[in-house]
Amino acid sequence: MSSVTPAAAPARRTGPGLFLRLLRHPLGGVSMLILAVVVLLGALAPWLAPFDPSATDLHMILAEPGPEYLLGGDAAGRDILSRLLVATAFSLAGGLLVMAVAVTVGLTAGLVAGYYGGLIDAAGAWFTALTMSLPSIIVLIAARSVMGPSMWWTMAIFGLFISPVYYRVVYTSVRSVRNELYVDAARTSGLGDGRIIGRHVLLAVRAPVILLMSGVIAAGIGMQAGFDFLGLGDPTTPTWGQMLNEGFYNINRSSNLVLWPALVLGLTTVALTLLGTALRDELEGTGDKRHKAARPWALDQEVPADIDHGDEPAGDALLTVRDLAVAYPAGEGYATVVKGGRLSVRRGETHGLIGESGSGKTQTAFSILGLLPKGGKVMAGSIVFDGEELVGRTDAQLNALRGSRIAYVPQEPMSNLDPSFTVGHQLTEPLVKVLGMKKAEARGRALSLLARVGIPDPQRAFDSYPHQLSGGMAQRVLIAGAVSSHPDLLIADEPTTALDVTVQAEVLDLLRDLQDELGMAILIVTHNFGVVADICDRVTVMQKGVMVETGATRAVFENPRHEYTRALFAAIPQGAPRSPLPGVSSAGSLGAGALR
Amino acid sequence: MNQPLLTVDGLEVEYPGRGFRAQPFRAVKGVSFDIRPGETVGLVGESGSGKTTIGRALLGLAPVSAGSLTFKGEDISHPTKQRRRELTRDIQVVYQDPYSSLNPSLTIGDSLTEPMIVRKTSKKEAGARVRELLDMVALPADAADRYPREFSGGQRQRVAIARALALDPTLIVCDEPVSALDLSTQARVLELFLEIQERTRVAYLFISHDLAVVREMSHRVAVLLHGEIVEWGDGDTVTSAPEHPYTQRLLLASPVPDPAAQEQRRADRLRLKEIQAEQDLQAGAA
Repeated sequence: MSSVTPAAAPARRTGPGLFLRLLRHPLGGVSMLILAVVVLLGALAPWLAPFDPSATDLHMILAEPGPEYLLGGDAAGRDILSRLLVATAFSLAGGLLVMAVAVTVGLTAGLVAGYYGGLIDAAGAWFTALTMSLPSIIVLIAARSVMGPSMWWTMAIFGLFISPVYYRVVYTSVRSVRNELYVDAARTSGLGDGRIIGRHVLLAVRAPVILLMSGVIAAGIGMQAGFDFLGLGDPTTPTWGQMLNEGFYNINRSSNLVLWPALVLGLTTVALTLLGTALRDELEGTGDKRHKAARPWALDQEVPADIDHGDEPAGDALLTVRDLAVAYPAGEGYATVVKGGRLSVRRGETHGLIGESGSGKTQTAFSILGLLPKGGKVMAGSIVFDGEELVGRTDAQLNALRGSRIAYVPQEPMSNLDPSFTVGHQLTEPLVKVLGMKKAEARGRALSLLARVGIPDPQRAFDSYPHQLSGGMAQRVLIAGAVSSHPDLLIADEPTTALDVTVQAEVLDLLRDLQDELGMAILIVTHNFGVVADICDRVTVMQKGVMVETGATRAVFENPRHEYTRALFAAIPQGAPRSPLPGVSSAGSLGAGALR
Repeated sequence: MNQPLLTVDGLEVEYPGRGFRAQPFRAVKGVSFDIRPGETVGLVGESGSGKTTIGRALLGLAPVSAGSLTFKGEDISHPTKQRRRELTRDIQVVYQDPYSSLNPSLTIGDSLTEPMIVRKTSKKEAGARVRELLDMVALPADAADRYPREFSGGQRQRVAIARALALDPTLIVCDEPVSALDLSTQARVLELFLEIQERTRVAYLFISHDLAVVREMSHRVAVLLHGEIVEWGDGDTVTSAPEHPYTQRLLLASPVPDPAAQEQRRADRLRLKEIQAEQDLQAGAA
């Protein structure tokens, strides 16, 4: 839902309005033009129609198009053009009625049920299930026999039947908005329920409600045409379906009768559907706009000259990243998120890559793995791993390295385990597929790895699904998987950020022990200076895409050379405690029962 | 001065269990502490310790099942709907996530005037107040016409602080207000909190998982574990020489940004772990 709301917002202020953007959209412009013509013809039908649509002229029965009856006459000798114009008005009105009923019922019920939940929610779900399982045409026929053939009643009932479409969309949107902090904040601001719904919730459902409109109108028109075509409609109200019905009886005598209503009906429905697509593109920005940068990529900014890599890598560098540039297409050109500097990781060392959000540290890690998100590309520079250049390699060539010689531990342990497979399955699969082990052998290996990473009951963890594990346990499982192939390099992207501090300390201990045992190099991407101080031998500081300083951890902490590094250190909480408030004695402040 | 602004006594919060005859889940189990006017009380704990729930109970967003909350001498554990809305003038909140705590489709000005509309402040007055608030949190005056997406995390958090200040509250619940921010932004936002407290004498309930941040902000600190307070007292004592084994573990587990000191701390932590494991063993044998 949140993807809709921010996208819907610009319609109000920045850039051209929604209407203008729709006009510029290729599908939107054409479909709006067609609809505008159809609506105008329908609205002006009483004035435009040259003849009374129900006036019969015996001389004009099934007449060919001519100077008097422009589109010819029908089986009763009525003017087809006049009937078509009036039918357009009625058909469109029917479609609009369906939409109005569906929006009114679905939106109201969805808002109330989504916001309050409880009984209303249950009733809504029950009604939705009922309408979904009842064939609407049967109910409409039943209603017709009770209330007589009235197009308005038929359309209103059909609107009720289609209202669950709105109900479900609105209900889900409201449910998700309800849990947003800004709704809580509004409540804490003292706003009543009505105001919160009006201000916050309605805004969020605005986009999906508009999106569905054209589709629902089209469905309404289609339903009505079908109903009338079957001869179940009100014969006194000319509609497209009515005309089709009459034309169909006489199709062998004159195809003229079917042609015109079918053409208008088809055009209108197609235009409505296309308009819906265009609306979705513009409201949600999901259009198939193949992004092509107009300008070729170029380093848009001078790399600052004060890059400080005082301690040059010794000859035993396992990984060297040099003058790397990573860019994403943006607007007319590119946004360069990583632009230079040098990073070298020695064999067997733990190297920290530290920086604030947006500094490009994770992008650097992803480039090494060859796993940049969609659109991202390494534009320049080199990544040398154990003497081999990785930039420009194909995915297949990188696959030979990934998971065997270069392993990866992500930030969010839970989202990196597949919820539908057991931990054991996810651990043994790469052992069987990549390392070619036998199943039983892989199983034994996985169990010993789980024991190795400090999981108290390996067999139980092996058989459990990810959701049955705590965050710390899941991270241990991922570490077990990462080291299962004895990699030379382990890239850990904020491996402890999502964990509690006590668990973080244990995971860092584990990484340290595993490194001692396996002798692999670890590249830790982090924003936490404490983590760097705890585990890293050397550290590289990144600022706005540039690696600005590298050095031994102790040297960098004791004597930061780059200005930015110094500024970062200055921002660390100094840990000076606040003195107690005057007049408040800390002693005796223990509440009864606070300590047990 | 010595009269507490808020007294929490034996607070319990229970959420109904899921499913038929399921046991209710007790998120907070008998917590007692107090906040004095102009004071900052820190609540530290790990995930699931119930620290956020305590804050939500104060705001009326979590069900109080036992115990009492006394605010300015009045029991506010089960206020009427009307009274709850009046209380919002006194008790405000700043949330952790500066991205979801502001409605993306409302301008900053709209978000800031929100608390004022309910009080029927005139448009002119509200506008003046918005400018005053933006100035207070060091944001440019033209921010009022812009949307949240044009602001960075730190700036959004300033907006959230401004919104909390709109009605001159006497207590602000700060629920992890800086943990989503970068280090340098974090330092500036914390400074802003202190500055505002000096100027307005507002009291803070400062909820965080980060001992270093709580230490810098709080006069007194309570440490939570599984919904209970295990240690409560003067901020300096709790955060530098804690008595409870859990607080000791928590303190030693958070790494310090100094390689030499961190090495020492790591050794201390491993030693403490052994000692505590031994104590647990003995306690079990006894």
